Amino acid sequence: MRTVAVVGASLAGLSAARSLRRQGFDGRLVIVGDEIHRPYDRPPLSKEFLAGTMAEADLALEADGEDLAAEWLLGVRATGLDRNERLVRLADGTAVRADGFVIATGAAARTLPGSEGLAGVHTLRTLDDALALRADLARGGRLVVIGGGFIGAEVASTAYALGLDVTVVEVAPTPLAGPLGEAMGGVVSSLHADHGVRLLCGVAVAGLSGESGRVDAVLLADGRSLPADTVVVGVGARPNVEWLEGSGIALENGVTCGADGRTSLAAVVAVGDCANWYDPLAGAHRRVEHWTGALERPASAVAALLSGGAAEPGPVRPPYFWSDQYGVRIQFAGHAAVADSVTVEEGAADDRSFLAVYRRAGEPVAVLGMDQPRLFMRWRKQLAQPAASTASVAPAAVRS
Amino acid sequence: MKIPVCRLADLPRGEAYRLEIDPPVSVFHTDDGEVFAIDDTCTHQDASLADGWLEGCEVECPLHASKFDLRTGSVDSPPAKLPVRTHQVVVEDGMIYVEPSQAVPNLPPCVGARLAGGLA
Ligand SMILES: Cc1cc2nc3c(=O)[nH]c(=O)nc-3n(C[C@H](O)[C@H](O)[C@H](O)COP(=O)(O)OP(=O)(O)OC[C@H]3O[C@@H](n4cnc5c(N)ncnc54)[C@H](O)[C@@H]3O)c2cc1C
Ligand code: FES
Repeated sequence: MRTVAVVGASLAGLSAARSLRRQGFDGRLVIVGDEIHRPYDRPPLSKEFLAGTMAEADLALEADGEDLAAEWLLGVRATGLDRNERLVRLADGTAVRADGFVIATGAAARTLPGSEGLAGVHTLRTLDDALALRADLARGGRLVVIGGGFIGAEVASTAYALGLDVTVVEVAPTPLAGPLGEAMGGVVSSLHADHGVRLLCGVAVAGLSGESGRVDAVLLADGRSLPADTVVVGVGARPNVEWLEGSGIALENGVTCGADGRTSLAAVVAVGDCANWYDPLAGAHRRVEHWTGALERPASAVAALLSGGAAEPGPVRPPYFWSDQYGVRIQFAGHAAVADSVTVEEGAADDRSFLAVYRRAGEPVAVLGMDQPRLFMRWRKQLAQPAASTASVAPAAVRS
Repeated sequence: MKIPVCRLADLPRGEAYRLEIDPPVSVFHTDDGEVFAIDDTCTHQDASLADGWLEGCEVECPLHASKFDLRTGSVDSPPAKLPVRTHQVVVEDGMIYVEPSQAVPNLPPCVGARLAGGLA
């Protein structure tokens, strides 16, 4: 393999580039990214950076002096992948020919139809989004967050600390029920009420109202109207894979991948938020939108790319993420959806400091910690042990 | 300056002790019986390395899995970019003491800002 092109210059793309070099690839390495920025870290965008306690320079993912001997093509979008010509087409009319490809185009924030063009309405995915939101939060006043997921909850918590009057609207009866299950979703989202932040559940947003181009209220399906100076739409993300349509690569909820990141096309792997990897522990494809997956999985994908699929996929680690809300550190690993029970093993939910273990047929399948980093770490390591995982192992990946 | 930490007998192998000085220091007793002291706060963000995972002479941060070498403080695995300080450890009459390093600590940006009383 003489040339590898990495498309997407963020956490997963950078991790893939590092893995390529670490695993001995010494050929030409081209990294394409549509943002003009060098790779930067997104989690602080809803936390420390939004709060103003972290500077832009501190978001950099690369270490000082780190040199991957790569050609960086930044500020240019990839528009297509040509499997026959083996090249990535770029929006400026040029193309990059390569022998191997790493797709790492991540995800984009979902928007609310009809919110386009109204000032004061934000999504949060990029540095530029965070700068714009920070400027609006500095005006103070009333913030309505649409969506009680992690990013919405973190923005609510940061805005609360900045002194804004905050309301969170969630269409589901319980926020975070998907990733954490009903019971624990309820516990974690009670942090809002603990701090006097209003949480309205089970009600849909019907629309936004605004005068002279700036939002002034969020209209709910039950007829209520919530006055707002600023609105954040935190309704999830969709994988950035439109540019791959027509390329012949299998797409379903992102790029369909095996357990080692290989796609339906030879010498093309996909990593990070855009990639729907087969997860043998869950027995299903899972598009994991977590930082740690984007950091760690590229090593396996690059091994598969360089070996043509002959490399043993690395050990499957249960997906892990963290969130910081209202000064409480939330950590989760595993799959809540497959559990049939969840029990608090240490501490108490009411104290917002506890460790809960999710089990299926008595076997631990997931663990949640609130302000329990030490215990959580031990449980997370234990979950990653083969003994714990065999309980839920399913047949090997079926690749399309 | 020598600061008493705890009795060696009270710190089992594989465990860590957080010494609440400013900035805090964590003391590790490895499975091989060695004792090391490094800054407790990860250089990446605000996490306590005493809560981390000790393996050999390396500790893995409990938050984003940066790994630090206990002997040198260097980063073995990102996202951390800067090393932690190491501190001299002495064991006398079964008691562990730490001699804090005089070097400037590499505190993470958010913690540095908080200690300086700025920004937040
Ligand atoms: C505000 C916020 C807070 C978060 N907090 C947490 C947290 O606390 N814990 C956690 O585990 N995770 C968190 N995450 C998720 C985490 O940041 C993501 O999982 C991670 O960024 C995924 O990395 P990635 O490289 O796959 O994708 P991305 O970071 O989305 O990067 C993809 C890159 O590819 C570029 N790109 C897209 N299309 C093209 C194209 N056609 N051509 C060229 N370039 C393209 C994009 O512009 C982008 O730069 C958070 C995310 C956000 C937005
Ligand atoms: S806080 Fe230690 S790795 Fe991020």
